[in-house]
Formats: sequence, structure tokens, C-alpha cells
Amino acid sequence: MNFELTKEQEMTRKMVRDYAEAKIKPRAIDIDVKAEFPEDIFKELGELGLLGIPIPEEYGGAGSDTITYALAVEEIGRVCGSTGLSYAAAVSLGASPIYYFGTEEQKQEFLVPLAEGKALGSFGLTEPNAGSDAGGTKTTAIKDGDDFIINGEKCYITNASFAKQIIVTAVTGKDDRGKNIISAIIVPTDTEGMTISSNYDKMGVRGSDTAEIVLEDVRVPQKNLLGDPQQGFKQFLHTLDGGRISIAALGLGIAQGSLDKALSYAKERKQFGQPISSFQAIQFKLADIAMEVELARNMIMKAAWLKDQGKNFTKEAAMAKLYATETAFRAANQAIQIHGGYGYMREYEVERFLRDAKLLEIGEGTSEIQRLVIARQLGC
Amino acid sequence: MNIYVLLKKTFDTEEKIQVSGGKIEDDGAEFIINPYDEYAVEEAINLRDTHGGEVTVVTVGDEESEQQLRTALAMGADQAVLINTEDDVEEGDQVTTVKILEAFFKDKEADIILAGNVAIDEASGQVGPRLADKLDIPYVTTITAINIDGETVNIERDVEGDVEKLETSLPLLVTCQQGLNEPRYPSLPGIMKAKKKPLEELEIDDLDLDEDDVEPKTKTTEIYLPPEKEAGKVLEGEIDDQVKELVSLLKSEAKVL
Ligand SMILES: Cc1cc2nc3c(=O)[nH]c(=O)nc-3n(C[C@H](O)[C@H](O)[C@H](O)COP(=O)(O)OP(=O)(O)OC[C@H]3O[C@@H](n4cnc5c(N)ncnc54)[C@H](O)[C@@H]3O)c2cc1C
Repeated sequence: MNFELTKEQEMTRKMVRDYAEAKIKPRAIDIDVKAEFPEDIFKELGELGLLGIPIPEEYGGAGSDTITYALAVEEIGRVCGSTGLSYAAAVSLGASPIYYFGTEEQKQEFLVPLAEGKALGSFGLTEPNAGSDAGGTKTTAIKDGDDFIINGEKCYITNASFAKQIIVTAVTGKDDRGKNIISAIIVPTDTEGMTISSNYDKMGVRGSDTAEIVLEDVRVPQKNLLGDPQQGFKQFLHTLDGGRISIAALGLGIAQGSLDKALSYAKERKQFGQPISSFQAIQFKLADIAMEVELARNMIMKAAWLKDQGKNFTKEAAMAKLYATETAFRAANQAIQIHGGYGYMREYEVERFLRDAKLLEIGEGTSEIQRLVIARQLGC
Repeated sequence: MNIYVLLKKTFDTEEKIQVSGGKIEDDGAEFIINPYDEYAVEEAINLRDTHGGEVTVVTVGDEESEQQLRTALAMGADQAVLINTEDDVEEGDQVTTVKILEAFFKDKEADIILAGNVAIDEASGQVGPRLADKLDIPYVTTITAINIDGETVNIERDVEGDVEKLETSLPLLVTCQQGLNEPRYPSLPGIMKAKKKPLEELEIDDLDLDEDDVEPKTKTTEIYLPPEKEAGKVLEGEIDDQVKELVSLLKSEAKVL
């Protein structure tokens, strides 16, 4: 057992923290109010090599690991949930599936620009009538000569308005038992027939781009099929497993940010002639948040470590996501309580933490779905 | 060009610092590259990129200083030297550090040595100038711009907010002031590459020095935190009365008059 980070992991954590404190934090309120995707920040994240952390050097990445990646997500999430979500989605959902399942040609064409930070990618699974039940996908991809013709609709897709390509899941046929075969296909966003619009007025993560996609007779070459045509469903389950670690890390960042703010406020705020941190009721809240933050961190590090070791991490990733995101919500809620009326004001930022945290209990598998995944791993 | 940077590990003064038993608590402290040394690293990398050559970062420190050296390598320095005094030097001061660096630089033929203006922990600003003196090369402190053309070096330095322009020549030692540049963040690929860059570890023995040679010339008698700032007082009433009250408070309470 060794709980110490490597020098590289420690250095990355510090670099991302310094960057986030200096460049993202001062803009976090503005990003939320204006609901504007901070494109320039993503350009800089790309230049720092952060968009390719877990991707090998030969594909334009840094050749680092999941632990390092989780640390980076946490540090960004600590100051800005919107930037954190778009960052996590770009790496885990946009880039990783191409690395796991792509052909060499697909990696060169579609992965390298993402890992080098020159472009963003998205992952379009959710549809108006297929959310938790991804098997209910209605979008179809029909073979026509060397091409697929794709028709359908996707909703709530992170970063799609700024993406160079979107990995779209679609029904490509039926298996022997008459069940739909779902495959993943890489669709460049400039393909004719794609309409991408982001008109959602969101509760939180307002600066993260979320878009609706309509595909009308979208024609892409069949060589854009990602991975095994029969295994599309399994593949995206694997993708989501990995993505969960990063959403968990984002929750941890928000929880840690809530703790930091609540603690320093409690020490400064005086009522009844003393700092409110001297009241046991406030101390117990802080102690609980601190404990949950630490537990969430340990669970995330374990899931990330298992992934880096090439071991099965499905159960641990689901546990980490479930626990860390619910911790984020509780921590932000208590941070507001500790701030009293001030906490209800935008300027103190903890109300934003709560709104941002709520998304994490929904996206990339709701809390209920995480419990289903864990139960299934238990053999239920 | 043969470029050297003097780098010190310091605790982060923006984090909480605790003093106990007349010593600064190492345990809770967060350690960083002395911020002024970051300007030196950045400038060294820029000089190398313009004029060619190699950047070597040197620190006198302990085992833990490797972290800061690796960070400098991740920013783009080529190699690093850690002179580890952990086992040999119990107490040291600027004299100690300069003695060690002098021995290190004896056979180095440095074209330029860049250091920070001061280290934010002890803020003496002595090591750079003293080392230059020992090596018998010119030095310029608190520089905010540098331009090298052959052997000629044009420098702008900060003098209490004004700019002094001067010309000097290589070899040279400079200490770097805020405003010289904007230090880069180490990139992820940089961090991964830093792992494979050479980092030499020396002890004072390797420099033909022993403990007696590097004895400090100063003695630290006490370390304490500044008194906590108390809440200010707002005077009220007629201006004349306020002035009177202020003067009397300056005499009786603040005892500065
Ligand atoms: C800001 C944002 C960004 C997003 N980004 C992306 C993205 O990049 N790509 C993408 O593909 N999707 C994305 N999504 C979609 C997201 O993954 C889905 O919203 C989520 O999976 C839930 O699906 P749903 O909204 O259809 O809810 P539903 O599936 O309709 O769920 C409604 C409720 O029923 C519960 N429920 C459903 N099934 C069960 C069950 N079997 N047992 C118990 N309870 C159940 C759910 O837990 C939930 O509480 C994003 C969503 C948002 C809000």
C-alpha cells in the first residue's frame, strides 16, 4: 500500500491548481452568469497538454495516467464546474472511445487533434426518449454503398456546438434474437444534414456547452464506424465506466471547493461575539464535509488506480461517481448553510456549487443507475 | 551558451505558516519554487531558445528539492543539479550557500548565471551578488529586461520603480525582478519529459568541502510571526478633535511619537 502520488502526478496537480486559480477562478461567476463556453480557456488547456493526459504520446497525448487525469479534473472543478464538466467530457467521452476502439487510421485522423488540444470531440448517446435506457436508441444508420445514412435526434450533448466531430450511437441492424444492434459512428460536425443548436437554459454548469443535434440524412463513410459493429453497446458502457471516474473527480473538486469556502468563512464570520467556527453545530458540519471529501477522494483514487493497472474497475467507478457526486451536493448545500444569507448570493459562489453539483447526480448515469450498476456487480 | 539558474525551494507564503519551537513547521507547509527564481528559469529558457546552448538549474537543498528541480525541467530546462546538504549542514546562511556554489561553479565556465532577486522566505538578496563577487564576474540585480548580442549585454533594471539602463558583458550574473517575464506553466508533455532529463545529485564532499568550510557567519536567535493585525479604528467627530485624538493615540497606544 502506498498513498503517495508520484512526482509527476504531484507536479501536474500543482500546475493545474495554479492555472485554475489564476486563469479560471476569476472568471467563474461570469462564465455562469453569461452561460458562455470559455473557448479561450480550452485553447490554453490544450496548449498545456491537459486534453491529452491519458492518451499515449504517439497519438498526440501526454502518455500519463487516469490518476493524473482525475487530479486535473478535481482542480478545475474546485473553481469552476462548467469548465470542469466540459473538460471531463472532452477527454473521457470525446477522445477516449477513439483511443480504446478506433482503428489506426481513425486515431490519426480523429484522435490526434483532440489529444493535442487543437479540437474538441463529443459523445452523443442520449436521445429525447432514450436516457438511462440507452438500449432504447431510435437513431438509425442505414448502409448505402460505402456509406451510412444517419437519421435521428440527440439531446443534452456536451460540447457539441464546439466539437470537430461527434461519436453518435445509432441502430445499425438486428441480431439473431431480433434485438437492435447499436453501433457508434464518428460524425464530423460539418457533415451536411447535421443541425446543432444549444438553446437550453440550464440550472447549473451554465458555461458548459450543451446541445441538441438533429441528424437528417447525414452521410458518412462506413469506415467511420467505431470499433466492433456488434459491440457498440458494450463499448459505450466501457466508455461510461471511465467517464464516471472523471465525473466523480469533478464532484470531489466541487466538494473540496465547498469545504474550503465554508471553512474560511466560518473562521471569519463573527456572531454572538465569536467566530461561528467555534460553535459545535458548525464544527460538526465542517467535520462531516471534510470526512466525506476524504472518503470520496480515496474511492476515486482507487477506481483510477484499478483502471491504470488494467484491472476491472466497473464497480469502483460507479461507487466513486455515486458517492463523490452526492458528497458534492451535500457539501455545497452545507456550505451555503454555513454562509447563511451570504451563501444565497451569487458573489459567494457556493450557491453555484450546489447548482453545478446537481448535474453530476444526473449526467453519465444517474445516481439510481449507479446503484443498479453496483447491484449488478454484486450479482443481483 | 552555457546558462545556469540558481533556484531555491521555499515555503509558499500564501499558505498558512506555523512556527513552533523557534522553527518554521515543515510538515503542513506547501513548498514551491521561489517565485523570483521562476522568472530566472523562464528567462534562461528564452535565452537558450534564442542563442542556443543549455540551461542547468542548480539548487542547494535537501532530498525534497528534487520536486522543484523537476518542475524547472518540466518548464524546459535541460538538466538539474541538486547539492544535497541534508546530512552535512545543520545550520547554514548565505555564506554557506555561496561557499558551496562557489565550489560548484569553479570549473563550470558559465556564460550567464540567473538568480532570483530575493528568496521570499529570508529575503536577504545576498546569494547572487556574493557569488558573482567570488567568481569575479560582474553582476546586475533586479533586472526587468535583458538583451544579449555577442559579448555585449543590455539590461534594464528596476530601481525603486524607475528604470535604469546599462550595458555590460558576459560572463555575467543577474538577479531577476518581477516584470522580467511571465513564467510559463509546465505543460503535461513537459512534465512527462522531465522524468527522463538528467538530475545530478551532489554532496558537499563531492565539491571538496567539509562542514567547517561552510559554517555560517550569522546566528539565528529567534523566529516569530508578526503580531496579528488588529481591527482598525475609525475616528469620529470634528476634524480638529479627530486630529487631537489621533496624535494622542499615536503617543499613548501606538507609542510611535
Ligand atoms: C448538462 C448535461 C450534459 C449532458 N451531456 C451528455 C453528453 O455529453 N452525452 C450524452 O449522451 N448525454 C449527455 N447528457 C444526458 C444524460 O446522460 C442523461 O440526462 C441521463 O443519462 C439521464 O437520462 P434522462 O435525462 O433521459 O432521464 P431518465 O432516464 O428519463 O430518468 C428519469 C429518472 O428515472 C430514473 N430511472 C430511469 N431508469 C431507472 C431504473 N431502471 N431504475 C431506477 N430509476 C430509473 C433516473 O435515475 C431518473 O431519476 C447530459 C445531460 C445534461 C443535463
